[in-house]
Amino acid sequence: MITLSPLRWGKPYESLDHTNVVHFDTGEPIARIGNVGGGIVGKDMRQAHKARETLLQHSTDDLIERCKRAAVLFESADLTVGDSTQSVDQFVHQQSASTGLPEHMCRSNMTKNSFVLSNIDQILDCLTRGLDLSILSRGYGEEGRGVTVSYQCQSPVLGAVLPNNSPGVHTLWLPAIPLQIGLALKPGSQEPWTPYRMVSAFIEAGIPKEAFGLYPGGHDAGGAIMTKTPRSMIFGSAQTVAQHEGNPKVQAHGPGFSKILICDDVVDDWENYLDMMVESVLSNSGRSCINCSGIWASRHTREIAAAIADRIGEVNVLPPSDPDAALAAFTVKAMATGTWSMVEQDLAESGVEDMTAAFGEKLIERDHCAYLRPMVVHANSPDRAVAAKEYMFPFVSVVECPQAEMLKRIGPTLVGTVLTADQSFIDAAGSCVEIDRLNVGPIPTNRLNWLQPHEGNIIEFLFRSRAYQMADLPVAAMTK
Amino acid sequence: MSTADTAISDEVKQKAAEAKDSLNEHTLKTVHWHFSDETGSPFWLAKKSELKFDPLKDVKSFDDLKKFPEFEDEWLRGGPVDRWIPKGHQGKPTYVFETGGTTGIPKSRVVIEDHWKDYELFSDTLPDEYFPKGSNWLMLGPSGPRRLRLAVEHLAQHRGGICFCIDLDPRWVVKLIKKGWMEHLEEYKKHCVDQAVTVLTAGHDIKCMFATPKLLESLGEALEEKGTSLQEVGIKGIFSGGTEFTPQWTKFCVEEMLGGPASEGGIYMTPTYGNTLMGLACSKPITAEQGYKISYYAPQPRAATEVVSFDDYNQVVGYGETGRVKLYTLTDEFFVPGFMERDEGEREAPFETYPWDGVSGVRPFHELATSTTVGVY
Repeated sequence: MITLSPLRWGKPYESLDHTNVVHFDTGEPIARIGNVGGGIVGKDMRQAHKARETLLQHSTDDLIERCKRAAVLFESADLTVGDSTQSVDQFVHQQSASTGLPEHMCRSNMTKNSFVLSNIDQILDCLTRGLDLSILSRGYGEEGRGVTVSYQCQSPVLGAVLPNNSPGVHTLWLPAIPLQIGLALKPGSQEPWTPYRMVSAFIEAGIPKEAFGLYPGGHDAGGAIMTKTPRSMIFGSAQTVAQHEGNPKVQAHGPGFSKILICDDVVDDWENYLDMMVESVLSNSGRSCINCSGIWASRHTREIAAAIADRIGEVNVLPPSDPDAALAAFTVKAMATGTWSMVEQDLAESGVEDMTAAFGEKLIERDHCAYLRPMVVHANSPDRAVAAKEYMFPFVSVVECPQAEMLKRIGPTLVGTVLTADQSFIDAAGSCVEIDRLNVGPIPTNRLNWLQPHEGNIIEFLFRSRAYQMADLPVAAMTK
Repeated sequence: MSTADTAISDEVKQKAAEAKDSLNEHTLKTVHWHFSDETGSPFWLAKKSELKFDPLKDVKSFDDLKKFPEFEDEWLRGGPVDRWIPKGHQGKPTYVFETGGTTGIPKSRVVIEDHWKDYELFSDTLPDEYFPKGSNWLMLGPSGPRRLRLAVEHLAQHRGGICFCIDLDPRWVVKLIKKGWMEHLEEYKKHCVDQAVTVLTAGHDIKCMFATPKLLESLGEALEEKGTSLQEVGIKGIFSGGTEFTPQWTKFCVEEMLGGPASEGGIYMTPTYGNTLMGLACSKPITAEQGYKISYYAPQPRAATEVVSFDDYNQVVGYGETGRVKLYTLTDEFFVPGFMERDEGEREAPFETYPWDGVSGVRPFHELATSTTVGVY
């Protein structure tokens, strides 16, 4: 069994407190993780400046090249992870076994993480709007228009309290390294695999190990990362996001409530967009914040819901190694049963109809885990509570809503795909502050353009644009 | 008999047998005190009629306490609290201490002198080299209606010192956590630690202290931020307590906060485990060689603990095996014949200093753990 020890600025730490990572279906232990408490995190964070200092000894160009090497290593090499050597196949199998995600989805998340890292130069170029990265290293510089610009780094390290079961989100902290900012990560208790393997790949690619802190542990360790790092990100529920609202030190990533809005000028041709809608709902087992949880239109909503239900209603549980497996397990059974209770409440409301009712039982309980099979519900008005819901399985509400009311009623929407040629609606959607990422045209909500920021630009989060003025001294200063 | 059982030396076995005799005798005396019409408490005298046996005749040993039904902690909620005062102690000044109480009625326990006696006994276990007699103390833990503040204060006075205390309301801490107001929690913790830093740096010649693990951690950090340390402000001995006390935390505390064991870092730290019903259990000395394992031993015969099977609370598990912690309080002030603690752990064998059963690895009972909120203490 693999043992993953905490990593304190590159040095493994022998913990006396271990938790087992278990196979979601059999309950068999597959890894042993050493934990740390908040005290150790706090102590290490007092040395966080050294992580940045060691990265500043390498140019951003050099770090970018090393990141590209790390991308290849992450995706294809045997790497030292914890006390073992880990092949790609082992990584995929271990990740699937602890998160309940089918193996082909683990592979595609691996590809996604690797893609971001191997294209990190272009991504940074877009996120910084073409800024010379040495300006971020030095803190100031000449932008090319005869103007001095200054970007002040706000933290020597980026902290992150990572999720338990979503390997795709790791793309969000990867840019820190080429930005010469260290990492203090609390790996998810069921998904330690990506951070551990990625850090191993970084170190193997020649990035100083002193830049990395990995702090598995309980709430205490996560809390310490959040309070001791000047910039951190956290992944959690809507309640978690609400707790950190307005806190400039924290970037909170929660549910996406991503939606597709079909306007009146194209809704009669809704069948043309059926594949796009199905992909948006079903991809990655509906687990991502970018999965579609709502499809809004003023008419044909019942037909749209029925057509999507026909396509995904029959999807059933398959073994995780099956390339056709489309559903991820809830590794904590109570999460599935609890979710199902909430869905049942949604369905009890008048005006809400389960369009997948004919496709059999939804809650599939196993000894150690449970599954929820895909669901499509129809809501005859945005007033129905289900119109504002998002669940961790393929679940979509098709909501009947007049076009004129859509943008006022949709609520927070991480990804909004707008289907229309009506320029006034496109303009209004562009101005709608409820929508974060706007897709104009038939772009599935789950397809990201990595050259665009996701839930806030990490450059703006980690660096502050400020004034910087210089003048020569009237006399030469003494030098030692 | 488990393999751990056979490892007990003949000398310890002899001492353990003597301790058991003493416990049996003490049990008999305690039961007679609480169930006699002249000295018993109104609560137990009323309960007597509900029992299917006569405690005065049928309890002849500690094991006979298993005849009692499980002690229900609900009995401790609400008044009148004087129903718990034994007639034999009527008229004496009485304290009431509380536990819990974030929601609903807290559990209360009346005390006359037990908290003093517990801490006087505990005082005998402290090495004078690190807890110098006559030196002053800091109490950095829960205040308000908890017994800890008065008990630590008495410990300091008993050893010839003066105790400085801070304000800490753990009920507010639990509320902050439940509300998710983590920033407020941090500020409150800082507020408590600031008080401690102020006292420690005000020339009060404080050499000893009690602190909960989390507050001790925060205090060490706050002092470090001020460019000083626990050693530099003069601390030599710390006793710390709480169920969150883990070997991992102890390793961190000893190796990284205190600069190593007392012989190297200059500060002696001993874990303890106490509660309103039992008093203060001492720890077997902790060492790096033994993985900072923490084993607690109840202040027998005033209190006794057993580690019992999860399926049968009258069945003690084998040495080294896991079970739920069962507590017996056997003082002339309070009698608890078998209270199921909210903790579980492993049964530990007797040893020279404490020749009776102990418990290690104390942690929240797994069936209740999800509903337990752990705050700053």
